[in-house]
Amino acid sequence: MRCGDFKTSYSADMTIFESNSARVMLGLFLCLLFSLPLYTPGYLLDIVNRIGIAVIGAIGLNILTGFTGQISLGNAAFMAIGAFSSGYFGTKFGMPFYLCIPLAGLTTAFFGMFVGIPSLRIKGLYLAMATLAAHFIVEFLIVKWESVTGGVAGLSIPAPKLGSFAFDTDVRLFFLIFVITVMAVLFAKNLFRTKVGKAFVAIRDQAISAEVMGVNILKYKLLSFGISSFYVGVAGALMAYQAKIISPETFPVTVAIDYLGMIIIGGLGSILGSIYGAVFITLLPELLRLSTSALAGSFPLLVAKLAAMKELIFGLIVVIFILFEPAGMASRWHSIKSYWKLYPFSH
Amino acid sequence: MVQLSCSDIQLNFGGVRALSGVSFEVMRGEIFAIIGPNGAGKSSMLNCISGLYHPQQGKVIYEDQDVTRLPPFERTKLGMARSFQNIALFKGMSVIDNLMIGRHLHQHSGLISGGLYYGPAQAEETKHREYCEEIIEFLEIQSIRKSIVGTLAYGFQKRVELARALALEPKLLLLDEPMAGMNLEETEDMVRFILDTNEARGITIIMIEHDMGVVMDISNSVCVLDFGKKIAGGTPEQVQQDPNVIKAYLGDEDLEGL
Repeated sequence: MRCGDFKTSYSADMTIFESNSARVMLGLFLCLLFSLPLYTPGYLLDIVNRIGIAVIGAIGLNILTGFTGQISLGNAAFMAIGAFSSGYFGTKFGMPFYLCIPLAGLTTAFFGMFVGIPSLRIKGLYLAMATLAAHFIVEFLIVKWESVTGGVAGLSIPAPKLGSFAFDTDVRLFFLIFVITVMAVLFAKNLFRTKVGKAFVAIRDQAISAEVMGVNILKYKLLSFGISSFYVGVAGALMAYQAKIISPETFPVTVAIDYLGMIIIGGLGSILGSIYGAVFITLLPELLRLSTSALAGSFPLLVAKLAAMKELIFGLIVVIFILFEPAGMASRWHSIKSYWKLYPFSH
Repeated sequence: MVQLSCSDIQLNFGGVRALSGVSFEVMRGEIFAIIGPNGAGKSSMLNCISGLYHPQQGKVIYEDQDVTRLPPFERTKLGMARSFQNIALFKGMSVIDNLMIGRHLHQHSGLISGGLYYGPAQAEETKHREYCEEIIEFLEIQSIRKSIVGTLAYGFQKRVELARALALEPKLLLLDEPMAGMNLEETEDMVRFILDTNEARGITIIMIEHDMGVVMDISNSVCVLDFGKKIAGGTPEQVQQDPNVIKAYLGDEDLEGL
């Protein structure tokens, strides 16, 4: 039983996990996660895969919006750029997926930094408008630039191949997606305990004093746009592999809203929160579908109203979270954890 | 030896003249106080030194280098640090992370090495954490090192702001009303920390302060501003005797006779 924190070195105090038991718990969780395909039917595994992709995208958006304080509605556009550039590199140049995915990330990062240039001058709602404009410009480009994107018809993405091994089933894709997801989570977690990540948070909290402390605001804002877009681009590339066919309609502006919902519900400025939010928002329509189909016998009209219900409940949940837990699920989890931490000897 | 010299500083906001023809010199290792009634231009003067404002006329020379046009973070690289009148800490971060931002310029790990957190990045992080802990001990804020700054009491926040400025390892420290809004005990603590900073760490201090008792007790020289003009300067004793200063603070003797 633990009775307190007794650290003897600074490096021990700066680890991600507070104790060995936390490390063991995470190890167990990872074992459980990677054994999921053994006992999960295909349809559920497809949802799990979508969760993995959403986690990467949500962390990406959280880096920019939650940690650096730059509101972005361009997430769907960044995802689209990741998906289409990965598809382009794969189909036109025949590049393998392990080159396509990072290249898609870099392309998106480059575009994200370009969109981020006005962020030095404009803030808050105005930046949201600028990124929204970027979304529509990208949508337009994807429709019109047929030689690269396939236009309205879209692109058909071949399954990623490693030698003769093709990631063509949900189970195989699961491993591809979750290896990248775990790496993405770890990188982000480390980022925010070192110099660059802390500079991001400083810019969010007090831009003027961050500058006086020696943080180059423009450089770090652009870097934040770059890293964030890289994550979102990778998520987009994975989404393309999962969807197999991508078209401009795959990335409507509601995708960007969904991602904002994820990080608000999960917790702005929290990696763990991004994960919770991604799981929650991805599962929400599935849960609604399950509950309505259970009620279909007695209320047949309800099933027909499903699509509208999803938006309604999504909005309601976001409002409830903003009212009662503005710091998101991560903070609720944190307070539950600290309540039980020293149980039953809390004094 | 002169560390900082401001000559003929003139600062306008549109038609409003905030500072006109202010000149003074600050010696290395001294405590230099800027005083004056409200709206005299003290904070504007400090902002000109730290680079948040750029004066229309005049020069700021720091360690034989003209820094008048340099942006704030470039001056920070040269060894200037400051605190703000209305606390400007990073409220969502812990105390230790606020101090670690102070180490920003001294750290070299980049995006990739930081994100991977392998050997050198971790060693660097630990090294700078040790430096911050030294300052935490120096300012006696060990008990709150992990607290989120936004949740701390005012007096602690002021102290954390001093700590964050010290984490920069500055050679010149600008303090904007470090004792504002503090009770007697907190003021005494803060004075002790400022004196220790100056003596033990050899840091030159320029401070704006309204508490005349403190100013007269600890500063080596004083500059008095009124309506954007320098009306007196010298040692605390000289300034106290100066008829212009008495007039600015207490009003005109002749008028009082009426």
